[in-house]
Amino acid sequence: MHFAVSHASAAPLRSWSCILFVAALAIAGECLIAAAMRSLGDLDLLRTHSGLRGYAGPIRAVLSSPLFLIGALCMALNFFAMLFTLSIVDLSLAAPATASLTYIGNAIAAKLFLRENVDRRRWLAVGFVCAGVVLLSK
Amino acid sequence: MKHSLRPSQYAILIAVMLTASVGDTLLSRGMAQVGAVDMHHLGLLWHALFNPYVASGIVLLIGFFASYMTALSWADLTFVMPATAFGYVVVALLSRFWLHEHLSLYRCAGILLIVCAVGFVANGPSLTEHPSHPELDLMDSGAGR
Repeated sequence: MHFAVSHASAAPLRSWSCILFVAALAIAGECLIAAAMRSLGDLDLLRTHSGLRGYAGPIRAVLSSPLFLIGALCMALNFFAMLFTLSIVDLSLAAPATASLTYIGNAIAAKLFLRENVDRRRWLAVGFVCAGVVLLSK
Repeated sequence: MKHSLRPSQYAILIAVMLTASVGDTLLSRGMAQVGAVDMHHLGLLWHALFNPYVASGIVLLIGFFASYMTALSWADLTFVMPATAFGYVVVALLSRFWLHEHLSLYRCAGILLIVCAVGFVANGPSLTEHPSHPELDLMDSGAGR
């Protein structure tokens, strides 16, 4: 995406508070949605009919999950918080910073709250993805 | 025990990678045609919905959300995350070969790092075993079907 407009850089504390808030909302949203999906299990098993009609079961199950609804609300708030952040922080800082913080935070939250087995190879992958995202934004 | 994914599950992961990145690129191209939107011209956003690039971008992003949630129903969040990160690589390649943007050495290094990350995670198990749910493990191994 091209954003030719350059914003006057806000105070670092305000910029990083916004970035941290955006990342925290994304982490909360993704973990809640992941927890909702984990509790529902394999969506393929919820299909009652073949063809398009069969998707009604999984869609109803997802939409009636409170965890999913709160997670989706967090993701929607994340979207608007990101829009606000972009109005005071440059995209070249905000995009890689929120993406990297979200990846690290997701790995920590997945280990603590979702009880996922985040082994050495997954930590390494998180580090590589963060470094890769920062390099891609250069 | 290592979980092996079914071919349809690999297809879902590839859909996660492609739909987000191609959808974003289509939105970017469509919004470039629509022009800059500001607080005084919010009506342009409604107009943008009828741009074919923007409309197909939105359809692809809905597809992304559906396939992402399907993937989370049978795989760990930390397993699916690198797949979504691979979308950045697809965006970089699309912007190079479709939008003809310059791909710097830094970006090539970034692509290489993300590809390595996907390789690390894809070689490991896709789902954490929880001994407290033996019936779930039975289903995951395919023995229940």
